[in-house]
Amino acid sequence: MQIGLFVPCFIDAFYPEVGIATLELLERFGCKVDYPFDQTCCGQPMVNAGCHPEAAATEQHFVNQFEKYDVIVAPSGSCVHQVRDNLTAIKQTDKVKHVRTNTYELVEYLHDVLKVDAFPWARFEHRVGYHDSCNTLRNLGHGQPSELHGKYFSKPRALLEKVAGLELVAPSRPDECCGFGGTFSVTEPEVSGQMGRDKIADHGRAGAEYIVSADTSCLMHQQGCAKRIGAPIRFMHIAEILNGAAA
Amino acid sequence: MKGRNDILAAIRANKPALKAPAPEVPSFDEAYPTDTTGLWPRFADALALMGGSVAEIQEGQSLEDCIRATLADRLPEQPIIASAVPELTGNRRLREHDNPKTLHDIDIAVLRARFGVAETGSVCFTEKELIVNAVAYLAQHLVVLLDPAELVTNIHRAYQRDDYKNARYTVFHTGPSATADIEGVLVRGAQGVRSLTVIAASVDTPG
Amino acid sequence: MSTPDPTKTINSPEATRESAPRFTKAKDGKRVDHAAAAKQFLDSPIHAKSHDERVWAMRTKRDKQAHAIEEWEELRDLASQIKTHTLTHLDEYLEQFADNAAANGVRVHWAADAADHNRIVHEIFNDHDVKKVIKSKSMLMEECGFRHYMEGVGIEIVETDLGERIQQLDNEDPSHVVVPSVHKMRSDVAKVFAETLGSDPDNDDAHYLAGRQRDATRPLILEADAGMTGANFAVAETGGFIVCTNEGNADLSANVPNLHVASIGIEKLVPRMEDMGVFIRLLSRSALGSPITQYTSHFRAPRAGGEMHIVLVDNGRSKRLGQEKFWSSLKCIRCGACMNTCPVFRRSGGLSYGATYTGPLGLILDPSFDAHRYSNLPFASTLNGSCTNVCPVKINIHEQIFEWRQVLAEDGHIPWAKKSALAAAGKVLADPKRYRAAIRTAQSALKHLPDWAVYSQLNAWGQVRDMPDVPDGGSFHDWYRKNRLHKTEAADTATHDSGDDS
Ligand code: SF4
Repeated sequence: MQIGLFVPCFIDAFYPEVGIATLELLERFGCKVDYPFDQTCCGQPMVNAGCHPEAAATEQHFVNQFEKYDVIVAPSGSCVHQVRDNLTAIKQTDKVKHVRTNTYELVEYLHDVLKVDAFPWARFEHRVGYHDSCNTLRNLGHGQPSELHGKYFSKPRALLEKVAGLELVAPSRPDECCGFGGTFSVTEPEVSGQMGRDKIADHGRAGAEYIVSADTSCLMHQQGCAKRIGAPIRFMHIAEILNGAAA
Repeated sequence: MKGRNDILAAIRANKPALKAPAPEVPSFDEAYPTDTTGLWPRFADALALMGGSVAEIQEGQSLEDCIRATLADRLPEQPIIASAVPELTGNRRLREHDNPKTLHDIDIAVLRARFGVAETGSVCFTEKELIVNAVAYLAQHLVVLLDPAELVTNIHRAYQRDDYKNARYTVFHTGPSATADIEGVLVRGAQGVRSLTVIAASVDTPG
Repeated sequence: MSTPDPTKTINSPEATRESAPRFTKAKDGKRVDHAAAAKQFLDSPIHAKSHDERVWAMRTKRDKQAHAIEEWEELRDLASQIKTHTLTHLDEYLEQFADNAAANGVRVHWAADAADHNRIVHEIFNDHDVKKVIKSKSMLMEECGFRHYMEGVGIEIVETDLGERIQQLDNEDPSHVVVPSVHKMRSDVAKVFAETLGSDPDNDDAHYLAGRQRDATRPLILEADAGMTGANFAVAETGGFIVCTNEGNADLSANVPNLHVASIGIEKLVPRMEDMGVFIRLLSRSALGSPITQYTSHFRAPRAGGEMHIVLVDNGRSKRLGQEKFWSSLKCIRCGACMNTCPVFRRSGGLSYGATYTGPLGLILDPSFDAHRYSNLPFASTLNGSCTNVCPVKINIHEQIFEWRQVLAEDGHIPWAKKSALAAAGKVLADPKRYRAAIRTAQSALKHLPDWAVYSQLNAWGQVRDMPDVPDGGSFHDWYRKNRLHKTEAADTATHDSGDDS
C-alpha cells in the first residue's frame, strides 16, 4: 500500500509544519508515504471561480503525479473535495477515476481507514475550539451538520478526544462558515473579514485558546483576521496536534 | 399575447424526462394519543405556543360570563359581540349577506370550529361556520368553540379530510394575528384579531 | 410554555441612532456589485450586527423545530419527491388545476411574462372600475414589478403585510422573502412612520408602531375596491390555492372587497390536498421556526356574490424547467430558510443583492432573469452548503451556485481581467517548473499565491487581514528535499529538475 502525499500550495509555502506533521503521523501508523516532487495544485482556484477549462491542464498534471499511488492523502478538506467531487475538466479515464475515488482527507483516513484508537505521543493541555471547515463538514461528511436532523457525530473531535490534556470547547454557532470560501475571500473582502472576526470572537467567548481545523486555508484566513485586530487566539492544524506538537 | 396553449406547450417541450412517481405520504401520527382526553392537552400546549389560549367554563358560569371574564381587561364597557353559534345570542347578528365592511366595529366574534389539530393548536373554519368570512379578521377578539371529539392528531390527518373539496373557503387559525416585522419583536394583532380563545364545548346532540 | 404578554414591550432598552444603511442601485445594463453594497451595509455596524443576530435567531428557532420532529428528513425527502413528480408532469397538473378552478367559478388567466401579468390585472381592474387595492405579500408580484406598474396607471396599491408596508412607505424593495424589512431597526421604522403616518418620531416601541400601522391601514382595507393575494401552493385536485400568513392580511385582502385577484406562479402546483400535510408542516418551521403560520387559508371558489380571478404566471419558469442543472430550483417554496442560514446574507443584508430574490435563492434565480446584471451574485457565496441542508424541498442550492459560476464564465459574463488572470494561473499551476519558480521563496509565494486567487485586486486579501508569516526553514518542498529526498534511494533526480537548489 503506497500513499501519495499531496501538500497543497498554501501549506507548502507558509505552513510546512502541517505537511511534516501529516507525513510523520502517517508514518507512525506504519504507512509508506511518498511525496511526488513535481506536484503542484489540484485546480481548485480556477474551478472555484467557474473557470473549468482553465483548470484542465492543472487537473491533468495532478492525475499524472498521483495515478501511481494506491491512495492519496492530503491535509486539506477543500482540495480533497475538489479532487473527489469537482475534478471534471478532463476526460474521465480510469486513471482519473482511480485518483478521484482514492483521495482522502487526513482526518477521514485516520478515522475511517486506519481506525486509529490512540495517539500515545500526543499531549496538548489547552482549550481547543475545533473549526469544522464547510468542505470537510458538508462535502466530505466529517460530522453531523447542525442543520440536519440526525445523530451527532464528529470524526475530528473523536480524534482530538484521544489527545491527553486537550479540552474541547464549542462556539455558540457550531458550524458557521468562517468566511474564507476560496475566491470569496478576495472578491468579497468585507463580508469575508466580518465573518472571520465573528468566528474568532465566538471561539474566544467559548474560552478557546486555540482554533484547530483540518483546513489550512480557513486557518490562514482566520489567523490573518486575528492578527489584524490583535486577537490573542492561536491556530493549529489538527495534524500537528495529533502528531504530538506542543503548544 | 401568448396564452394557455403556448405556456403548456413550452412546459411539455422542456419538462425533465424523469420517472418520478408521486410518493405515498404517511400519516406520521403513531406517537399521538388515540383518545380525545390525550389529544386535548397537546392541542392546548400547541395553541399557547402560538399565542392563543384555552378558557374553561366554570361551574355555574354561562358561556357569555366566561367570555367576558376571560377578556375582561381588554374590552370596552359595552362590547359588541357577534355570535355565529346557537349557544350564544350576543348583541350583533351575523347574516350571510352582510357587507363585510360593516363588521369593523365588532369586539368579539364567537365561532364554532369544524375541527382542531393537536399538533399545531389550529382550529378550522369554512364559510359555513364564519357566516361572513371577514368577521374572523375584522373583529378585535375571537372566541372559538371546539368539540374535543373533533380533534385530529396532526396536519397530515387534517388534510385527509374533505372539507376543502366542498367549501369555497377553508382556513386554519392558529392563535391570533401576529407579526415580528419590527426588529423581531412579537406583536399580537398585527392586522387581524388581537386574541384567540378556545373553549371546549361539545356540540349539543339534538334531543 | 407561557404566552408572551402582548402588552409588554420586549424591545431592547435603547434604540440605535445609527441611520439606516442605503444602497447604491446598479444602473440599467450594469452589473450589481454585491461586494460594494455589502460594504455599505457593514459600514452601519449596529444595523449589521443586529441583522445578523435576528436572522440567525430565525435559523436557531428553525433548528429547534426541525430537531423535535423525528421524521424531519423524511418530510424533506417527501416534499422534494412530490415537487419532482409535479414538475415532471406540470402540464397535466396545470390543466387539471385550471379546469377545476374554472368549474369552481373562478376566472383563470394565463400570463407568459411580467408584462402580461400586469396588463391582465390592469384589465380586470378597469372592468370593475377599481381605484384602490389592498394586497398581501407576493414575491411573484415583486418579480413582475407590479406595484410600480400600478402606480404608473394611477391605481393605488396598499401593502397589508406590516414588513412589506414599511418597505412600501420607505420606497425600498423587500430585503427578505419572509420578513421584508428585517434589515431595518425600530428606530428606522419610527422615522418612516413619523414621516408617512404621522406617528410620534420619538416613540420607537414596536407595539406602538405596529398599532399605528394597524390603525392607519384598517380604513384602507375597508375602502378597497379589490384585494390581491399571491399563493404559496395551488392544488390541482381541487382547483384551489393556499396562502399562508401570520397577520391574517391575505384573508382581509380576499374577504373584505368583493373582487379577489390571485397571482400564482405556475410552479406552485401540488397534485393533491393530501400532499399539503408535508408542505405545511415544513414551511413555517423552516421559515420562522414556528410550527405553522397563524393563518393557513384555502381558497377554492369566490364567496357568494363575490368574484375571483387567478392569473397563472410563467415569466421564465417554463424555460427554467428545461435547464438540466437548474430546473429543481422551481421546487422552491419561498420559505427563506436559506437566507436565514446564509452567513453572507446575514452580514450583507438582502438589499445588497439588488434583486427581487436575495440570499442563496437569489444567487440561483436572479441570473436566469438577467445573466449579465446578476453575474456577480453567484460569487457572493462561500459555497458552505448550509443552505442546501436547511432547504425543506432539498434543492442543491450550493451546487447550483457553483454551476452558475461555470455557466457565467462560459457565457462570457465574468470580467475579462479575472478570467485571463485565472487562465494564467492555470498555466503556472500545470507546470511544476513555473510553479516552483513562483513559490521558490516565501516572499515570492506571498506575492504569487494570493495573486492566483486575487487576480486584479492585489490588495483584497490585505484589506481585512494579514498575510501569514514566512516560515524560517523554507517550504515543505525544501524540507522534504533536505530531510527525506537525499535519504531516499534511487530518487529520480531527472524528474526533480524544477526543484534545483539554486
Ligand atoms: S431555496 Fe429552499 S430554503 Fe431557500 S427559500 Fe426556497 S425552499 Fe426555502
